[in-house]
Amino acid sequence: MFKFKTILAALVGAMALVAPATAAEPGGPLVPKQSWTFAGPFGTYDENQLQRGFQVYREVCASCHGMRLIAFRNLSEPGGPRFSEAQVRALAAEYQIVDPAAEGGVRPGVPADRFPTPFANEQEARDANGGAYPPDFSVIAKARGIYEPFPNWAFNYFTGYSEGGPDYIHALLMGYREPPEGIELQPGQYYNDYFPGHLISMAPPLQDGLVTYEGEGVPETLDQYATDLSAFLMWTAEPHLVARKEAGFRVITFLILFAGLLYFVKNKLWANVKHRNPSPDDVERDARA
Amino acid sequence: MSSHESNYSPTGPVERWVDERLPLVRFAKEHLMDFPTPKNLNYWWTFGAILAIMLVVQIVTGIVLAMHYTPHIDLAFDSVEHIRRDVNGGRIIQATHAVGASMFFVALYIHIFRGLYFGSYKAPREILWMLGVIIFILVMAIAFMGYVLPWGQMSFWGATVITNIFSAVPVAGEPLLQLLRGGFAVDNPTLNRFFSLHYLLPFVVAAVVVLHIWALHVPGNNNPIGVDVKSSRDTVPFHPYYTMKDLFAIVVFFIPFAWFVFFAPDILGHPDNYIQANAQITPAHIVPEWYLLPFYTILRAIDFNVLFIDSRLGGVIAMAGSLVILFFLPWLDRSRVRSGTFRPMFKIFYWLFVVNFLVLTYLGAQPAEGIYVLLAKISTAYYFAYFLIILPLLSRIETPRPLPASISESVLGKAH
Amino acid sequence: MATQSDTANTHTPKASRRDFLYVATGAVGAVGVAGAVWPLINQMNPDASVLALAQVDFDVSSIAEGSSVTIIWRGLPVFVRHRTAAEIEEARAVPLSELKDPESDDQRVKEGHEQWLIMIANCTHLGCVPVGESGNYDGWFCPCHGSHYDTAGRIRQGPAPTNLVVPEYEFLSDTMVRIG
Repeated sequence: MFKFKTILAALVGAMALVAPATAAEPGGPLVPKQSWTFAGPFGTYDENQLQRGFQVYREVCASCHGMRLIAFRNLSEPGGPRFSEAQVRALAAEYQIVDPAAEGGVRPGVPADRFPTPFANEQEARDANGGAYPPDFSVIAKARGIYEPFPNWAFNYFTGYSEGGPDYIHALLMGYREPPEGIELQPGQYYNDYFPGHLISMAPPLQDGLVTYEGEGVPETLDQYATDLSAFLMWTAEPHLVARKEAGFRVITFLILFAGLLYFVKNKLWANVKHRNPSPDDVERDARA
Repeated sequence: MSSHESNYSPTGPVERWVDERLPLVRFAKEHLMDFPTPKNLNYWWTFGAILAIMLVVQIVTGIVLAMHYTPHIDLAFDSVEHIRRDVNGGRIIQATHAVGASMFFVALYIHIFRGLYFGSYKAPREILWMLGVIIFILVMAIAFMGYVLPWGQMSFWGATVITNIFSAVPVAGEPLLQLLRGGFAVDNPTLNRFFSLHYLLPFVVAAVVVLHIWALHVPGNNNPIGVDVKSSRDTVPFHPYYTMKDLFAIVVFFIPFAWFVFFAPDILGHPDNYIQANAQITPAHIVPEWYLLPFYTILRAIDFNVLFIDSRLGGVIAMAGSLVILFFLPWLDRSRVRSGTFRPMFKIFYWLFVVNFLVLTYLGAQPAEGIYVLLAKISTAYYFAYFLIILPLLSRIETPRPLPASISESVLGKAH
Repeated sequence: MATQSDTANTHTPKASRRDFLYVATGAVGAVGVAGAVWPLINQMNPDASVLALAQVDFDVSSIAEGSSVTIIWRGLPVFVRHRTAAEIEEARAVPLSELKDPESDDQRVKEGHEQWLIMIANCTHLGCVPVGESGNYDGWFCPCHGSHYDTAGRIRQGPAPTNLVVPEYEFLSDTMVRIG
């Protein structure tokens, strides 16, 4: 089956060439990769981590960053943080939802509602944040990636690395520091190792001890907050990740089984057909013989 | 081999009655089952069937997506997210369509390069080849318009950059651009027409595929040794020999396809396309999808004016030329030997061409600066030289190795 | 042309094993096709955002006795009627034998909340919305094809085959109803 291997090799080679690197070289330290529970073919979300991440989002980020594509009900759906339906109902009711049909134009939220955005529109958001626009968090973990030098990115096609977003968000939250010599910060600007261009308008949002986690055993540190939040944002961006991978195992197992059967069928059929192709050397040798 | 009378004999009066009026069963048996096919085809020949299946996959998943998609600049991005989040199985169907586009091109490029190596474009298969080139160009247009539909940043800026290509047309450029976009910039009218055409053109492709297969069934398949079929001993009926072999190849092809769909659905895309389109901010690094990169490199490689042709028009001419030149290939390569196996010099230049094409792909994703600019010019030059200089020259100076007398004989020869 | 000199007639009594392989492969292939087709059909079913609206909470306290409101549930109009004592009495007095679709009044309301009649507001004939407090039985009358419903929403006269449909609902409190 030499030719078959050639095909596979060619396929693999073609894939390896595909769209090299997801981002231009940022000119700074490379984003360190974290170990995520949801990475790799067997990865799943850690419900407790998602719940903590949601707590960080709600207590810290939500005042500026919306999550307009996420509905309250998502928080209790399979594969997510798995809050109870009662918790979600109570949470939703804490929010005021704009509804022209309701008396007074607003009503308490229900699970089917989506998270209201902190600002009515982009202009209002910019005005409230010194001209900067806090991006929406619904799909942010997939809207960010990391730069990887050759040949590292080529391996990603085989490992299925899809965690560039959370790696970047984690690094960004950890990446604030004093600007190097010669860089002047304008008022409202901060220096971050990982932000493109390094000058970011968001003040360091997290610090040790800022959020109080319920229960024991989870450290209340910046690193932990950043990790939990990044995991939560990966879930908001890819809520069906677990179901998708489970389906993938079924499908690929099936395909391998079916391919094996077809291979035998095909070989049986072709067993009596001589169909090898000669090399030019073979032809010359035969001609001499 | 053009006379392949069917051995279909209707059983019973009903079948005969139908056969005399609409010989559909006879036709299907003749072309899908009994069709005599060279028995020495290798696995590179399975990519035709793989492409047929991929076209079906794309059309079926596309119709499904269109049931949930909203072609409006305010709603398109959210409606795609709605598909991913809320529609039953939507994430997988959407990923199948998006990854499917990439896999389609993987198969398409392998199919084209197989034709280039084994001389499948040569007489009497010129029209077959040209129909293939038409399909290739149509599929690129479809893929480009499909990429615009999610209305992310890459969608918008890709649409802006690619439609701007038409503004290079002398005199009529600006009106043509406005006609294409339905406005002065890429906007809602553009999105709507792209959606309409993205839905329509795959069916046009399907029709051209029918012609492509028709044109294949007149002379019959080429084969790896490039020697014409001489007798029925050289062939086997398409069914079950090649139906089963093709099916096996299709299922194997689906394995990497499924890997991407289920385990890395976004790895072939670009993170910027998860940011909703914004006409005021261009992403720092915009690249087309990987399958358009070689031609994108050729477009960018012309950064100098030639006489009265400015660099922009020059780039457009080069890019269009790189596709149009394929139509003339059957008359540029005059060598009477089809298969590259028996052409020692051709083989070297062919593999150089393959490597060069991969380099063109790689360069398309790199910023146009430094060494990349020079490399792009060299690769572009080789691309054209291969067709315009090397192939015509080789057919004059090359001495091919001796060919087997026939498909069967070449096989029997192995028995010594 | 189909016959192949070097392929034909070479098979031995192993035919049954070969048949088994073909049948097994065909069966697996059929499973694969079914597995691929089902999601393509299932995607047309109501999606998660639609199903999320499958339950509606509604406060009935503002509806005065003898009046009704129409609310929207799953895209369908739903009558919520605050019945008068006379209406309840009238509905209870009807013997089941007179009914086309026999159902007692008790079966159509919740125990302890007999004054509340909650029904999907589409005539069971062909889906028009009947007009309230009219018709020959003091209930609803469908103007499209002339079906008469009584004060419990039961079909009494006309082409409709069954009573107006009572959706699944429960009282969360004395005034809060969850439909669905």
